[in-house]
Amino acid sequence: MISANLSAIFYLISGILFILALRGLSSPDTSRQGNYFGIAGMIIAIVVTFLSVGNFSNSLVYVLIFLLIGGAIGAFIAFRIPMTAMPELVAGFHSLVGLAAVFVAIAAFLNPEVFNLGVVGRIKLASLIEMSIGAAVGAITFSGSIIAFLKLRGIMSGSPITFSGQHFLNLILGIGIFVLIYYLCKTQLSNIFWTVIIISFLVGVLLIIPIGGADMPVVISMLNSYSGWAAAGIGFTLENTALIITGALVGSSGAILSYIMCKAMNRSFVSVILGGFGADSSSDSINDKKEQKPVKSGNAEDAAFLMKNASSVIIVPGYGMAVAQAQHALREMVDKLKKNDIKVTYAIHPVAGRMPGHMNVLLAEANVPYDEVFELEDINNDFANSDVAFVIGANDVTNPVAKTDPKSPIFGMPVLDVEKCKSVLFVKRSLSPGYAGIDNELFYKDNTLMLFADAKKMTEDIVKNLD
Amino acid sequence: MEIDPFIFRSSIFILSIFIGYYVVWSVTPSLHTPLMSVTNAISSVIIVGAIIAALAGSTDSVFGISSIFGFLAIILAAINIFGGFLVTQRMLQMYKKKKDKKK
Repeated sequence: MISANLSAIFYLISGILFILALRGLSSPDTSRQGNYFGIAGMIIAIVVTFLSVGNFSNSLVYVLIFLLIGGAIGAFIAFRIPMTAMPELVAGFHSLVGLAAVFVAIAAFLNPEVFNLGVVGRIKLASLIEMSIGAAVGAITFSGSIIAFLKLRGIMSGSPITFSGQHFLNLILGIGIFVLIYYLCKTQLSNIFWTVIIISFLVGVLLIIPIGGADMPVVISMLNSYSGWAAAGIGFTLENTALIITGALVGSSGAILSYIMCKAMNRSFVSVILGGFGADSSSDSINDKKEQKPVKSGNAEDAAFLMKNASSVIIVPGYGMAVAQAQHALREMVDKLKKNDIKVTYAIHPVAGRMPGHMNVLLAEANVPYDEVFELEDINNDFANSDVAFVIGANDVTNPVAKTDPKSPIFGMPVLDVEKCKSVLFVKRSLSPGYAGIDNELFYKDNTLMLFADAKKMTEDIVKNLD
Repeated sequence: MEIDPFIFRSSIFILSIFIGYYVVWSVTPSLHTPLMSVTNAISSVIIVGAIIAALAGSTDSVFGISSIFGFLAIILAAINIFGGFLVTQRMLQMYKKKKDKKK
């Protein structure tokens, strides 16, 4: 219908619109406009594809029907999903991109003529390499994301599953994939192609099972990146500019997010890619300091009293807030405090929660204005000048040990200087250590008051006591 | 000698990685979750491959084996496209400034 050159230009335009969509996210003001650019880019790409194929037989009707079915499911999920379930949702979506990449690669392998890649049994060498890499990365993304989804959803235990020789096995399988792709290129046998896909599914599972629940921010970002590279691989196969640009954008976006998350946990990128972290830290150091140190604990009334007499309060939310769904109660508490002319701000550690930006979304959902929410480096100096730090559901990211004890597994990790506040209110269900398995020194400081309760219940009680 | 088109595509790919690098670093950390959901939505542009595969059938045989994989991929990608953009939109609606909500 339309010439290949013209459609290539339109694909380029949709690629540019996707870049603008990401660009819009540099500030919340421009972000909504950015999203419309993204939607426009997608519509252009889809319409151009229909026009360039130009096959308006029965197939078209079915394509539209399937498009609508998928769209309806997607829209339904998007409107129904609670904001606290966002990490699972994103993991689930990644798995779909991965599987779609696998299916497209399979379709291209079985019917290379429609994609101009040669004929069955004599597929162009470059295309064959590209489609097998796309399929392999897609398969890893799919099964890895499924595991991440199950862990985040709590269907599978969040604790790491490890066995001896795990890294060795992964290495062998990884090399195996490349060897098989090499033989696939020489022989064009479809059985090898299927084997590559099956091994890749296995690798995806093996990569993610050793990773503990609290390290999920890295995992999700990493899978985000993989889904991009899979799309790029398919883009090369289909010689489609929009896909190549998008794949590169998504791939680098996920890689940067993983880098930010690693840095915020003071872990190396390599140790993340190898998996197995979260396992090394959970074993030792728990039993070291079993001598019972005195802890001051209080109730909602004490907390309300302390905060009422403060002039500035910094809230430090963490995963516990998400689990308890305490964000709305928290917002109510803050409103009450503000009515008493108390300055309230929020301090967010990059790895708080289960995915990058998790806390920000929850606070935004509770109508907290985004200009009251600050990142670690912007607010860390303010703790010293504030009266009360209200830690709700966070733990390791406040542990002063990261600054003082070089032997600690989290030494060197940037932490929030909560202990510099005049007093610290720490909402937690028990004294148990966080995921790193280390005691939080903060619990035993003189200026810390522990509030042992469910985050939501405690916040609601404080609200009552603030009247 | 002519330059292989693969080199051109690689150039686009590599330059896009650089664009991605700079654009993503400029994304404000508070919008990292919407960033993930929107990258999810746009990577589903892989649907173009699925559509090509699915449309390959003729009128009398719509569902060849290769087209079936195309149709399946269309469903998956469509879930992502609609789900991804809509959930991003929903999230971004919630990011409001202080002055917006005068009450």
